[in-house]
Amino acid sequence: MRTDFDPTQDYPLGTRRPDLVSTPGGLTLGEVTLDSLRRGRLEPADIRATPETLRLQAEVARAAGRAPLAESLERAAELATVPEELLLAVYTALRPRRATLAELEEWAARLEGHGAHGTAEFVREAAVAYAERGLLAGA
Amino acid sequence: MRSRRFESRDRRELRREPLVSPFPELGLVAADGPRDPLPELVVEDGIVTRLDGRAADEFDVIDRFVVAHGLDLEVAEEAMQLPDTELARMLVDIDVARAELVRLARGLTPAKLACVVGLLDPVELMLALKKLRARRAPSNQAHVTNLKESPALLAADAAEAARRGFAEIETTVGVARYAPLNALALLVGSQTGRPGVMTQCAVEERRNLELAIRGLVTYAETLSVYGTEPVFVDGDDTPWSKAFLGSAYASRGVKVRFTSGTGSEALMGHAQGLSMLYLEARCLAAVRAAGSQGVQNGSISCVALVLSVPGGTRAILGENVIAAWLDLEVASGNDAIASHSEIRKTAKLMGQFLPGTDFVTSGYSVMPRHDNTFGGGNFDADDIDEWLTVQRDWKVDAGIEPVREDEVLGVRERAARAVQVVFDELGLPPVTDDEVAAATSAYDSGDMPDRDRAADVGAADELLARGVCGLDVALALDRRGFEDVAEAVLSMQRQRVSADYLQTAAVIDADGVVHSAVNDPNVYGGPGTGYRLEGDRWELLQALPSVVDPSELLGDLATGRAIVVENGEAARGSDPAEVVVAVGPAFADGIRRTIGDLDHGQVIEAIRAGIREGGGVPRLVRVAGVADLAFIGHVGAGLSGSGVALGLQSKGTAVIHRADLEPLDNLELFGMSPLYTLESYRAMGLNASGYALGRRVGPVPTELDNFARAKLIVRTTLLHARETAAVRPEAPPVELELAEPGSS
Repeated sequence: MRTDFDPTQDYPLGTRRPDLVSTPGGLTLGEVTLDSLRRGRLEPADIRATPETLRLQAEVARAAGRAPLAESLERAAELATVPEELLLAVYTALRPRRATLAELEEWAARLEGHGAHGTAEFVREAAVAYAERGLLAGA
Repeated sequence: MRSRRFESRDRRELRREPLVSPFPELGLVAADGPRDPLPELVVEDGIVTRLDGRAADEFDVIDRFVVAHGLDLEVAEEAMQLPDTELARMLVDIDVARAELVRLARGLTPAKLACVVGLLDPVELMLALKKLRARRAPSNQAHVTNLKESPALLAADAAEAARRGFAEIETTVGVARYAPLNALALLVGSQTGRPGVMTQCAVEERRNLELAIRGLVTYAETLSVYGTEPVFVDGDDTPWSKAFLGSAYASRGVKVRFTSGTGSEALMGHAQGLSMLYLEARCLAAVRAAGSQGVQNGSISCVALVLSVPGGTRAILGENVIAAWLDLEVASGNDAIASHSEIRKTAKLMGQFLPGTDFVTSGYSVMPRHDNTFGGGNFDADDIDEWLTVQRDWKVDAGIEPVREDEVLGVRERAARAVQVVFDELGLPPVTDDEVAAATSAYDSGDMPDRDRAADVGAADELLARGVCGLDVALALDRRGFEDVAEAVLSMQRQRVSADYLQTAAVIDADGVVHSAVNDPNVYGGPGTGYRLEGDRWELLQALPSVVDPSELLGDLATGRAIVVENGEAARGSDPAEVVVAVGPAFADGIRRTIGDLDHGQVIEAIRAGIREGGGVPRLVRVAGVADLAFIGHVGAGLSGSGVALGLQSKGTAVIHRADLEPLDNLELFGMSPLYTLESYRAMGLNASGYALGRRVGPVPTELDNFARAKLIVRTTLLHARETAAVRPEAPPVELELAEPGSS
């Protein structure tokens, strides 16, 4: 965590702390301009929040007393670099009676492979609940 | 036998929808269901062992999820031991801060939340909602759709919605493959209308996520949750799958709002005998636990079911309060049609409209409701002036701004042009000039030329395949001279980088600054605090295009050729057949027509003809010293040889008076001046004559128009003010003669 960041004072990041925000390609907010676009310097991949930015937003939410929102944003930070297809596959697996216990564990491991440890634990926690409530595949 | 009045009422719009008695077994009970559990929380060694009537081994997925991610056990013990009534009073106590209530709510179980809110009456609920709303200022969300999925019309409607102040605009599709085109039209239109407006396209999750990744939409509220496990599972989700999806959206920079609402469990057949409000409390606890910043709630699509049971409207307001208490952004329903009855619909609306919510409706239908493919349109294009007027009446900001017709036409045309050039630049099927023109002035999609829909959906598929994104849209606009719209579209892309709008209740202003519950929180603490509608905003919301300057309503003082000439001070007459016609100070002078638009000269002619027909002798007098009708008549009667006079104000109100009566008494009063014809005035003259000559007189037949006052009271006031201004207190009554035509 950056020591110069105060989650109770530095929000909105875009207007109060643009220095803390950059695109995945390393552009500053101030470089996301029409002029850059005209010069071909903006890529679609630049137009999203980095994991670091999402973690800062999670800190803002936590400092405002919103722990569950902060946890969701922390998962979002982990998922920011997870490919879309994996996101959608994990979502599908988490739907009722789609996956076995072993399959959910596999998806959790895949997430861990992308560094999404917290989200992987979240999937494992779901698997336990599904097992007890008959929501696993074949149940 | 049938009562004609009952029969008449049976035909009212209201009676098209059934009211039912409570049927708790099916969940058809608004609140306080006989099977609702008592609030309960048992924690042993830091583990929740009982929750709201269930032991841990009986917990369903909702209980488990709320225990794992929602309930704050550090607060729970303190909060749960507070009596329901004490918590209920804290909700309406302006000296108990929102922050304190929100802190306690983290430790309350769903049953406790439902019980406490169930103690509040409607006005208390409104005060609680006003206090608990997350964001300082209320706002509103629009629906923009049309049956033809016309891109020009979508863009024009989105632009109008944005210009009218909606902070969010939501579209959907009739045909799923249209999604990228509709999202594109909404993005371009909204940013033409007002930079910073957030947009969404409600479609299946995979497609939705794809649109978001492309930067074509900025928020989603399609994540539905339910209050019982079987319904949740029938909805093909669990709290874990929904929470994961919410995080996945956030990871792509999408603002996420969940959806829940009373009545859905009963509708889907698994209410488990529990009340609507209790089940919604469970939904909301799960929404908060899932880490959603907010919720669309207030029954939403099941509103008519909830309104069928006693206390339904109150329960819906109660669920909004629970959501706000749980620190969630609330988009408070009022989108699906609640009732056939305009009275009932509006009465229901007041619960959210008066206190103000983060989004007063979850979708105000900017177009006529038959073009609303959400099946919404509780309030629609035709209702906008009513909405604006009610805001003005109550001095309340419910998130919609008045805009002049020429400005609306201008922004609609520009948005349709903008989407035209974007379609052209991106190689999509052309938007024709005819479509632009039609979209500018359209009432509905029936006014729009037909498009080749097969070509459109083909192009939509191709658009996705080519990976077209928000940057391409900005570039297309920039190339074709829409630099400001290009900048606005790019600014929405920039917002995704900083992700500030992921915080609770975020909206974006025209300068690109995010306002959320973090940096712009609601701190209402009683009169004089919190959001007040005042200053420029109040000036804006009262200045409806239809408002007229009262000084201009009547036009200038009348001038021109004289209708009457004054002929010296009036003396008392001696002819016992004489009937004085006494007119007010401005009569036939500064005012020359009655409120019923009759010429004063002709009115006098008619009255004199009536008097003569009855055998009386008319004499015309002006009473310049007073504007009050009773005194005009009474002064006239004092001058009349018969003692009878007909008093006449300039606006046309008349009285028959007699000298021996008290001034405020009279023989006949004619107060319906807007309805009178020259024949009415002739009949008044005839009656005055009858009184003067001692004949039996029947009242002048008059009609009754109960709406005359509503229509004309402002004009009446202004006319009377002009009459009053003409009063010369010291001036004696004067004789009047009708001027000969042609004299000056």
